[in-house]
Amino acid sequence: MRELFPAKQVWGFVLSLALTAAALLVYFFNMSRATGMTIFIVTAFIQAFVQLVVFMHARETDDSKSIFATLYYAIFIALITVFGTLLCMIWGWKY
Amino acid sequence: MGYFAKFAVPHPSPAIYASMIAIVVTVFLIIFGLTYFKKWIYLWSEWITTVDHKKIGTMYLIAALLMLFRGGVDALMMRAQTAVPDNKLLDSQHYNEVFSAHGVIMIIFMAMPYIMAFMNIVVPLQIGARDVAFPRLNAVSFWLFFMGAMLFNISFVIGGSPDAGWTSYFPLADNEFSPSVGTNYYMIAIQIAGIGTLMTGINFITTILRMRAPGMTLMRMPMFTWSAFVTSIIIIFAFPVLTIALLMGTMDRLFETKFFAMTDGGMDMLWANLFWVWGHPEVYILILPAFGIFSEIIPTFSRRNIYGYKSMVISMVVISLYSFFVWTHHFFTMGQTAYVNSIFSITTMVIAVPTGIKIFNWLLTMWKGRIRFTVPMLYSIAFIPLFTIGGVTGVMLAMSAADYQYHNTMFLVAHFHNVIIPGVAFAVLAGSTYYWPKIFGFMLNERIGKWAFWFLTIGFSLAFFPMYITGLDGQARRMYTYSEASGYGLLNFVSFIGAAFMAISFVLIVYTIYYSIRHSPRHVGGDPWDARSLEWATHNPVPEYNFAIIPQVDSREPFWDAKYKRYELFKGDYKKIHMPNNSGVPFIMSALFFVFGFALVFSMWILAVISLIGIFICMAHRSFEIDHGHYISVEEIKETEVKMGGNHK
Ligand code: HEM
Ligand SMILES: [Cu+2]
Repeated sequence: MRELFPAKQVWGFVLSLALTAAALLVYFFNMSRATGMTIFIVTAFIQAFVQLVVFMHARETDDSKSIFATLYYAIFIALITVFGTLLCMIWGWKY
Repeated sequence: MGYFAKFAVPHPSPAIYASMIAIVVTVFLIIFGLTYFKKWIYLWSEWITTVDHKKIGTMYLIAALLMLFRGGVDALMMRAQTAVPDNKLLDSQHYNEVFSAHGVIMIIFMAMPYIMAFMNIVVPLQIGARDVAFPRLNAVSFWLFFMGAMLFNISFVIGGSPDAGWTSYFPLADNEFSPSVGTNYYMIAIQIAGIGTLMTGINFITTILRMRAPGMTLMRMPMFTWSAFVTSIIIIFAFPVLTIALLMGTMDRLFETKFFAMTDGGMDMLWANLFWVWGHPEVYILILPAFGIFSEIIPTFSRRNIYGYKSMVISMVVISLYSFFVWTHHFFTMGQTAYVNSIFSITTMVIAVPTGIKIFNWLLTMWKGRIRFTVPMLYSIAFIPLFTIGGVTGVMLAMSAADYQYHNTMFLVAHFHNVIIPGVAFAVLAGSTYYWPKIFGFMLNERIGKWAFWFLTIGFSLAFFPMYITGLDGQARRMYTYSEASGYGLLNFVSFIGAAFMAISFVLIVYTIYYSIRHSPRHVGGDPWDARSLEWATHNPVPEYNFAIIPQVDSREPFWDAKYKRYELFKGDYKKIHMPNNSGVPFIMSALFFVFGFALVFSMWILAVISLIGIFICMAHRSFEIDHGHYISVEEIKETEVKMGGNHK
């Protein structure tokens, strides 16, 4: 029975619904911009991770090592690009 | 008549009218020729619908040579205009259009497809595969590039050329300052070609990771395959930025959004930022495969294996990562604080280190080698010192404080031509000569090729070294003329002579091809250069299935070992071979992209919607299509192998 019931997938499904509901709160409740954005960003990243691991089977194949390596590489470059842009367009901007 | 007025060229000149006539005549001649020689079916079934990586590569090669011609003519016009002070050959508007077209065509529609040509032709052969991972997608890539290039190229006769530079900085590129449709062409044509490039990146990563012959571990891959792999990774991370930037620019121009506007919360310099987030990695996308080509040629003609294989690989991987950390060096003068500039100065200088490592490795490969001075080797030898000068001036530009002096002068122009011509252009010309027998089955004439090489090298030096001096003297780039009193006249005239030399070299290259088609002996065997890697282990030209038997790899230079150490590459018997089927859909879909792009350029919404629907139908067709490919039988393989003078079994 244990093997037949896709517990992990059901959990993943429930979790992703809960995360979506959490993000919806921002719409229904009146909160500051900063709080709202924080909730968005945090739930979005957890959501993406859940999808990758549970539904896209990122951990289950034998090439999972390279999948995660690519993922970290991508995140790293994205962070550099975003923060580098902020650095030269806003924080380090003189005029 | 009113409806068609928008297709008129806003700044016509006799040269443009002459080009219109020339284009019409050429198209007519092509159609007539194809009909007269009954080649339509051949063209459709052998080329347009092909999914064969070798044929797609060949088409990239031909397209790149055509674009080299177009970009070269632009270059000659610019150098002719600036040859003497106060010249009136081109007015300022035309000069703007010409240098904008020149930059875009040379980078996006010449260098890129030329690199793609080699990736397509060489990589599957080097890893002992029968095709790329997604042959159909590969055809889509090519045709998207081709249609993007055609869309860009018709701009100067229909509606007007882009005139805001190849960098197309906002706010200049916005409707207010660039009212003609020219910049729409820029945004949309590059977008279409860029989507194709992105697909190529995905395709080659998968190919290289998944389709290597048994025994070929990552650290046994030939240098060119490594460079193609690293380049594909950069493509995947860099091109999406361009896609979005172009999309935002298109929205600004077509729908009056304000992403890059100076008002309403827009940020004009954000374009420059996004452009170079893509643009700097892009220059490495061009140079790494060029390095790869040199790394194939130098060992072959030195009769030695590449020195420092591991450090070559590591430095490429490091470059691919670093290339994302330096983009701000393109706008040191934009308005950031010295603190920000210092950070990017340092990252930029650091990137010269892995590049330097590679230079030393090539030198050490030649050290004590038995060098044969063939045309490809001449290009490779000239590349090393010339490229090094370009790298050194790059490091000069990287010092942000000093860059306030160099920025946007001819010094900068000299720098990037100094890295791109000896780096990329020499590499693809060397590669063309080197791989010509692989593609077409005969060699290019060496004697004429050497003349072309000398004309190009001397012409390059004459054309670009004077710019370092005029640049330091303050001659700004992109100025259509200068006064007598500035004193730039003499050196600019030298540049013009250099440009003329380079034009002669191009003519010689075309003549070599013509001469060799007529006079070169056929049947040169599989390995005319006494080379080392797997692409030479099969026949010339390569049969459809590449290798009758998939090679078994046991070292870094399996083919060399097979020749000289009696290593057995092809074990086992012939088996039937599974190959993908041809398809016309990639061409049709890309043609629809062309129509879609054209409709967007002129804001013809109904046509745009119709062609977009067509594009989606093509995609849906692919999703529901059942296509299992076809088999080549053992008898057929035997027949082909015997006909080709099979050197195995
Ligand atoms: C040693 C490595 C290199 C360094 C340190 C370097 C540094 C720089 C810097 C600082 C600039 C901006 C200067 C300015 O705008 O004032 C620049 C511009 C440029 N570089 Fe390099 N570079 C290097 C290699 C290359 C290579 C290998 C290529 C191409 C294959 C290349 C192509 C270009 C292009 C196309 C531009 C600017 C074009 C434009 O503004 O229109 N560079 N380089
Ligand atoms: Cu750069």
